[in-house]
Amino acid sequence: MADTSDTGKRMRIEVLRYRPEQDAEPFLQGYDVPYSDDMSVLQGLQYIKDWLDGTLSFRWSCRMAICGSCGMMIDGEPRLACKTFLRDFPAGSVRVEALAHFPIERDLVIRMDDFLAKLESIKPYIIPKEARSLAQGEYLQTPAELDVYEQFSSCINCLLCYAACPQYGLNPDFVGPGIMALLHRYNADSRDGGASARMEVAGSEAGVFNCTAVGYCSEVCPKHVDPANAVNQNKTRAAGDYFLRLVTGKGGAK
Amino acid sequence: MNTPDPRRPYVRPMAGWWRRNPFFVEYMVHEATALFVAAYALVLLVGLLRLAQGEAAWNGWLDALRSPVALVFHVVLLAAFVYHCWTWFRIMPKTMPPLVIRGKRVAPGVITACGVAATVVCSLVVLVVAWGATR
Repeated sequence: MADTSDTGKRMRIEVLRYRPEQDAEPFLQGYDVPYSDDMSVLQGLQYIKDWLDGTLSFRWSCRMAICGSCGMMIDGEPRLACKTFLRDFPAGSVRVEALAHFPIERDLVIRMDDFLAKLESIKPYIIPKEARSLAQGEYLQTPAELDVYEQFSSCINCLLCYAACPQYGLNPDFVGPGIMALLHRYNADSRDGGASARMEVAGSEAGVFNCTAVGYCSEVCPKHVDPANAVNQNKTRAAGDYFLRLVTGKGGAK
Repeated sequence: MNTPDPRRPYVRPMAGWWRRNPFFVEYMVHEATALFVAAYALVLLVGLLRLAQGEAAWNGWLDALRSPVALVFHVVLLAAFVYHCWTWFRIMPKTMPPLVIRGKRVAPGVITACGVAATVVCSLVVLVVAWGATR
């Protein structure tokens, strides 16, 4: 725990609470937390849990924007609690809520079953274009071939892009920005040959055309992935697949 | 929420979602400028209709366009068009595959600038041609 004994500064942290066994709906509960300039919002929540209210639930793990566990709405914006600092709220108060567009399991914990099911559906691994024996050696790749997918491989599944996507909020069937970024990460890899299998998802009713290019997903990504670009590049591919199917009589999308 | 799930996950309502974040408000505003584009298309279509109805109808349409209300309306339309165009090209780099020229990826800002420049050039060409045709 950060040493907060000498600063004398207090932050009012308003937390959206929801305890399913006793609350009909979520409500805001405020806590006064002593803080120092090096404390993150996550550390503020940890202070509450350790010293003020042990019943508060939230997810966290790495504290350094690697694990993607502590995504929350912080003053209405999807942010990682570990990468957002209390000193950046000079008004002396900050509102913390569970990630938007997901069902609340408890307090700041959202239910991510939907995301995990979608993640599995896109086969998020390399499906080799051609089988190679060990004797043939490794799959080689040029820097240019790496460049087309590298940024998409930075995704940490933190779901901030989903909380930034109103189309996902309005229609949770939409496969969504993060999954499309991961789908594109494998499709765009020169070693991969699974694009047509993944088109079943990208080109489906729940696929890319639910996106209306709001673009906020790419703004909020803490790892500088550009999910909006992944979705929109695949609009072109999905359209191509659709028309190709008219000619060849087969295609990926269901 | 009345779900049979004993964990009782709470689904928050989406009503009024676009007022929750300044980014969404701007999104709705720039999407709404498309209505101004549609409005101007209607103005032109009415002009075509009046042209088909004869010289008197056509001249009536031209007079209507010269009224102060029509002039103010067109200034508003122009402003909406400029904003529509800017937001359209602003999002364009996100909608296309990476553009690589001489081994280097073209920066998003350059793509947006090229789009805006193309719009300015096309608009000037149309303006000059229309000016010449009506002299």
